[in-house]
Amino acid sequence: MATKSLKARDNELAINNKQLEILNGGIFAEGELPYFKDKIADIGQFPLRPKKLEILQINVGYMCNQVCEHCHVDAGPDRKEIMTRDTMQLCLEVIRNTGAHTLDLTGGAPEMNPDFRWFVEESAKAGIKDFIVRSNLTIIRANKKYYDLPEFFKKHNIHVISSMPHYTKGKTDKQRGDGVFDKSIKALQELNTVGYGMPNSELRLDLVYNPSGAYLPGDQSAMERDFKKALKEDFNIDFHNLFAITNLPIARFLDYLIASENYEDYMYALVEAYNPTAVENVMCTNTISISWDGWLYDCDFNQMLGLKVASSIKHIKDYNEDVLNDRNIIISQHCYGCTAGAGSSCQGTVT
Amino acid sequence: MANPYYDAADLRKFGKITEWSEELGTKFFEYYGKVFEEGALSAREKSLIALAVAHVVKCPYCIDAYTKDGLEKGITKEEMMEAVHAGAAIESGATLVHGVQMMNKYNKLSM
Ligand code: SF4
Ligand code: SF4
Repeated sequence: MATKSLKARDNELAINNKQLEILNGGIFAEGELPYFKDKIADIGQFPLRPKKLEILQINVGYMCNQVCEHCHVDAGPDRKEIMTRDTMQLCLEVIRNTGAHTLDLTGGAPEMNPDFRWFVEESAKAGIKDFIVRSNLTIIRANKKYYDLPEFFKKHNIHVISSMPHYTKGKTDKQRGDGVFDKSIKALQELNTVGYGMPNSELRLDLVYNPSGAYLPGDQSAMERDFKKALKEDFNIDFHNLFAITNLPIARFLDYLIASENYEDYMYALVEAYNPTAVENVMCTNTISISWDGWLYDCDFNQMLGLKVASSIKHIKDYNEDVLNDRNIIISQHCYGCTAGAGSSCQGTVT
Repeated sequence: MANPYYDAADLRKFGKITEWSEELGTKFFEYYGKVFEEGALSAREKSLIALAVAHVVKCPYCIDAYTKDGLEKGITKEEMMEAVHAGAAIESGATLVHGVQMMNKYNKLSM
């Protein structure tokens, strides 16, 4: 398992243009598979346009304690892109005035941003209905200074969404690194102890499942049933919902697909699983993604591809929700990952 | 030229069999799809049965397809291998049970 990001390894996929070249070329340029644009044009959805803004997703930095093989952020301990307090101030302005009902903090490991707690405290004051932090679980056990995170989350009524690749140790550690499974189990138990994820508890704890390899996630409700049964029986762990998320062919997952000679088959599988009814609710139709340095994107994936919004408003310092919402969403072949099967978003299926 | 026997890329083209016999092809895929839906057996259980049968009929396409299907359904490699053994046990049992016929014949022909 790699211990460095693509960026630190000087891998050519760390360059956004190179990724887009791959996604636009090969089997798509040769006409073997249709472009996403043409697929959605068939159902009158091109250009793809936003609906009402519901979710502000803020990426507070690419630093992470893990270096997961499938990571679309190319996050890791060596990434230095971290949101400053100044940019957070700009975000707070927006959070206080937005029409969105959900605030979603992500990373990297958002908790590693030195101003993370301050930002959460300030954001919580804005009274957003659903305040999500995407926590990778192991961070809670990574260092003493993080041990009290469950209590901190509880204090601010944070909705915790955590990644858990499988309910068995082998598969989890293979995707995310040795020891990740045991640490994640311990972290989940601690979240349960303070009340997170318990039946009828208001403290929401959801899990994110994404496949550990070149295949698509299975049926979300069947997976949820299997996860609940196994985690309860083996570790007495409770959680609320499981979101099954499709890996998009970006950054390290793209690198893995190419290196393992699975890229073409995977793209075939995504295109074959294309579900036109999922197009209507893809994440970018109700979300704005903000990067560590304040730029605005249609989604976290476009952020990683360096595709800033196609709007006159491109940075949080100029934020204007109405102007921003009147834009065309930038799409490419990675978007097939959002429309496969029951669809996929940061909140799981979309149909 | 692509290998004329068992080319992995041919699996992607399976659906094309419908082009040369629309009605039968369509009916087959409808039936096929229906069989693997959740029913009295879960889709997970059926996937493991399909994997075992795939080995018994020694179809490389089906083995690829149901290994991937198993991964998608969160089935572990231990479960998959046990399913293959279940298929193999029935297959070898089916061979060995014919040993009784051999014994019968032997006994009948011997003084
Ligand atoms: S997938 Fe999540 S936990 Fe893993 S390296 Fe990326 S940001 Fe970190
Ligand atoms: S990848 Fe982003 S832009 Fe493309 S469909 Fe998904 S959410 Fe929308």
